[in-house]
Amino acid sequence: MLAIVVLAVPFAAGIASAVLPWRREIGWLCTATIGVVLVCGIGLAARVVHGPPITAFGGALRVDALSAFMVIVIGAIGLLATWQSVRYLSLEIAAGRSSRRHASLYSALVQGFVTAMLLAVLAGNVGVMWVAVEATTIITTFLVGYRQTRGSLEASWKYIAICSVGIAMAFLGTVLVYLAALHVGHHLHANLDWTSLMAVSHHLDPGVMRLAFALLVLGYGTKVGLAPMHSWLPDAHSQAPAPVSALMSGVLLTVAFYALLRFKAIADGALGVAFPRALLVAAGLLSLVVAASLLLTQRDYKRMLAYHSVEHMGLLALGAAAGTPLAIAAVLLHILGHGLAKGVLFLTSGEILHAEGTTEIAQIKALLARRPALGGIFGFGLVALLGLPPFSLFVSELNMVRAETQVGLGWAAAISLGCMAVIFGAVMSHGRHMLFGSGPDGERVHKTPGIVTVPLIGGLVGCAALGVVAWPLDSLLRAAAQVVAL
Amino acid sequence: MSGSAYASSLELASGVVLVCAVVTLWRRSLSAIVKALAVQGVALGVVALILGVGKHDGVLIAVACLVIAAKGVVIPVLLGRVVAGDPASREAAPIVNVPASLVGAGALTFLAYGATGSVVALIPTTAGRLIPLGFATMLIGYFAMAVRRKAVSQIVGLLLVDNGIALVAFLATAGVPLLVELGASLDVLLAVVVLRVLAAQMWSKFGVLDLDEMRELHD
Repeated sequence: MLAIVVLAVPFAAGIASAVLPWRREIGWLCTATIGVVLVCGIGLAARVVHGPPITAFGGALRVDALSAFMVIVIGAIGLLATWQSVRYLSLEIAAGRSSRRHASLYSALVQGFVTAMLLAVLAGNVGVMWVAVEATTIITTFLVGYRQTRGSLEASWKYIAICSVGIAMAFLGTVLVYLAALHVGHHLHANLDWTSLMAVSHHLDPGVMRLAFALLVLGYGTKVGLAPMHSWLPDAHSQAPAPVSALMSGVLLTVAFYALLRFKAIADGALGVAFPRALLVAAGLLSLVVAASLLLTQRDYKRMLAYHSVEHMGLLALGAAAGTPLAIAAVLLHILGHGLAKGVLFLTSGEILHAEGTTEIAQIKALLARRPALGGIFGFGLVALLGLPPFSLFVSELNMVRAETQVGLGWAAAISLGCMAVIFGAVMSHGRHMLFGSGPDGERVHKTPGIVTVPLIGGLVGCAALGVVAWPLDSLLRAAAQVVAL
Repeated sequence: MSGSAYASSLELASGVVLVCAVVTLWRRSLSAIVKALAVQGVALGVVALILGVGKHDGVLIAVACLVIAAKGVVIPVLLGRVVAGDPASREAAPIVNVPASLVGAGALTFLAYGATGSVVALIPTTAGRLIPLGFATMLIGYFAMAVRRKAVSQIVGLLLVDNGIALVAFLATAGVPLLVELGASLDVLLAVVVLRVLAAQMWSKFGVLDLDEMRELHD
């Protein structure tokens, strides 16, 4: 029942905002529906953490601890993003860059986007999951191109062309998994349900599964933003409106990663650990190296945040490659921590862009002196994202490295730490340039309205709280890790 | 349908799918490319139709009719409108010239046979033997997207990829479950519509249909 509410409520709000001309109240209504999603996600988690999975519509929807955790992630970052969307749209309308009609389209698309992500993590069937992930691509293309500038059109073209190709590969991978399931002798009613695939995973034909898993890593990896399929990511994330960037970077990438985690569990059964691990280690390390080298010379702070996502997706791939319960629990905590920190940073960068009118790092100086609230949030967000305590990314990165060392991937962990050190230096120097120094004499200190800062500070406090006390999340993380861990 | 007629018609229809993919690399007039794509869509539907009739599978026959309608008619018409609006509707300077592209297509077909050995080994039927043709079509689609710079050519490349995958799906499993099949076709149709809308916006706002002229974003 809760699972149906989770899907129906944001979808209904999407329909409402599509037909009515946009007003602030409708924006707040949309935010409230994502709040409902978050609450329902917590309710679902409480029920499945020690109990059996919940199913609805004859197994079409299936909620286990992993799905419930992902609903919480989507709800939490969705809440931040839709909250800021109200302000974003008001400002765009006030500045004459957007009409009310256009704004209601934006609002409806964001609701549809969130609903599609929720469907992807709640689907009990890997085919339906695929359809939902592809639907997110189509919906977000319009959101990336929302501003209708030359740059945003180019970004949305690149985005849909590359991601459609990627997701087509994932479809072929899914078809091949289905083919392998059809040819498991005793299993007459083969289907694409996640549970029945897991049940037969040890009997799936290894030759076909090897090809299938490689295609799935390439395909879903494109949406995750793993190198070398990441080239759409910095363009799309830097051109989209800030709340959309927050949603894409904070959750969409990890929803695709969730699909990879599910398929990795099936591939582990069919192929043993070595092959899936090798693919994920290769993709993870390459992503880290690419991110490190491109962050060094980055001139645009939105692109800097985007490449930072490539780094974090690489870390997640390495963690998943290790695959032990400790590693997967750390991966999941990292998904939530990264989502919150990255969401806050993209939303803050939207405010900075609005206030300063540029995305160039070189043009922005002395934020802390001139706009203390925005500068402070941006600074703490960077600290969180770089994995310093007390934020939860510190804990999750530490545990991923520990888990990797335990399974003999210490060398990969060492390379990843080296890349992280380079990134740390690069981002620190960019951040220092933007934050410190003294503003021009006589310029007054700009205040930022509380309606903007409250959710951003809330997100950072949540991220820090997760790093200090694991309760009440730890039993959920452990239960969710059990679903896909080795 | 007798056994040999079934096998040879299946081979013919699957072969046409691959040949049409090669034709899109060979021709440089965009309207000819779109026509090849329409023929390919119909051939793909015919493959599903033959399989459906052979297995007495009503659902598959219905899917086949949908495929013919969507990929043989609707999508080519949509693309044709974009081509008609663009006066210079030729792939003027592909990154790789036509003879080299054709050699590439041959190499990719070999690669497809090499990569699908394990899949073919699992299905000892006529349909199973034809699976590499679907893979080859898909790879040619990727190749076309990589070396062609016109907006329409890239959409065509994406559709080649999709048709190749659909051919594999039909031959290997007689189609994935209907719900997934419908979802997948609808998504591809929507992706093409979205790309078409984007192409129209590029054209009306900036007078560009050539992706080489869209070079704002870089590091």
